[in-house]
Amino acid sequence: MEVAPFIVLSAILFTIGCVGVLTRRNAIVVFMCIELMLNASNLALITFSRANGNLEGQIAAFFVMVVAAAEVVVGLAIIMTIFRTRRSASVDDASLLKY
Amino acid sequence: MIAFWILAPIMVAAALGLLFARKAVHAALLLAVVMISLAILYAVQDAPFLFAVQIIVYTGAILMLFLFVLMLVGVDSSDSVVETIKGQRVASILVGLGFGLLLVIGIAQVSFGTAVGLDGANDGGNVPAVARVLFTRYVFAFEVTSALLITAALGAMVLAHRERLTPKLTQGDLAAQRMRDYAASGKHPGPLPPPGVFARHNAVDTPALLPDGTAAPGSISRVLAARGTVKSAPEIADDIKALTGEDSTSTGAAHTEGEA
Repeated sequence: MEVAPFIVLSAILFTIGCVGVLTRRNAIVVFMCIELMLNASNLALITFSRANGNLEGQIAAFFVMVVAAAEVVVGLAIIMTIFRTRRSASVDDASLLKY
Repeated sequence: MIAFWILAPIMVAAALGLLFARKAVHAALLLAVVMISLAILYAVQDAPFLFAVQIIVYTGAILMLFLFVLMLVGVDSSDSVVETIKGQRVASILVGLGFGLLLVIGIAQVSFGTAVGLDGANDGGNVPAVARVLFTRYVFAFEVTSALLITAALGAMVLAHRERLTPKLTQGDLAAQRMRDYAASGKHPGPLPPPGVFARHNAVDTPALLPDGTAAPGSISRVLAARGTVKSAPEIADDIKALTGEDSTSTGAAHTEGEA
């Protein structure tokens, strides 16, 4: 099995996640795009782990998953709180700090 | 490698769908497709432990959490198409394409050599091998993770907690409020009438009939009325007429069999 196709796929998924964060307006979908980027980096880590023949990459991917789980919990709680006060999940509506 | 070439187009298509899906629930389901495909790619690359963790943690816990919050926030909260910054969408797509091109060209320049493979490192099973590395060299990071998880749990509890600003209404308060409403606006203090139970139509979309044969408006759900799926009383009578063949003008109320 080659290594390069996996890394290219990871790069493509990461790019799609990036564009999603930049274009989507719904805070939850933006969050999903961040998850997509984390997953893409995990794929690269696991591929490099196989390419180099040690398990460090898999451990790193494991830690990324743990941090992602913690991040999702707090992030979604923040989105819920914003929704409760502003009745909207759009990232454009939370612009009070701008003024 | 066959698994990769089958899954890669599916994953890219699903990820692109994430960009274009109007409804957030569709985006969540497409993300689930990407994550399960990724799990299979992990399994292909000699990482069975991460395969299981990916399915359990990502598709199981995180995505369900996403769907849960989507349901709380409201499924119909779709994206607004209005651009707050002019030309932002075009600019970000261009920047994204440039970034992707940069990454892919950069990767194309690199020679990765032949993959060593994990047969040596996975000696004695992948899970024991991962555990050996995790609990020796990375044991401190592992312990710090527990602090992170506790902080996240506390943070979520603090953020989701809502102070009660008004005292909780007791049953007595509610009864008194109902009587006050009755005195003020004549609102019926009792429960709403149940939907009609007829010999042929034993369903919630059949309204109860008032003594004059008209439908009682409070007896059917507001949602059903808005969807327009409520059966009207004359229609029911037509049905009965067609069944019995008799042509009675006293329809509706005459055919009700006890309104529950």
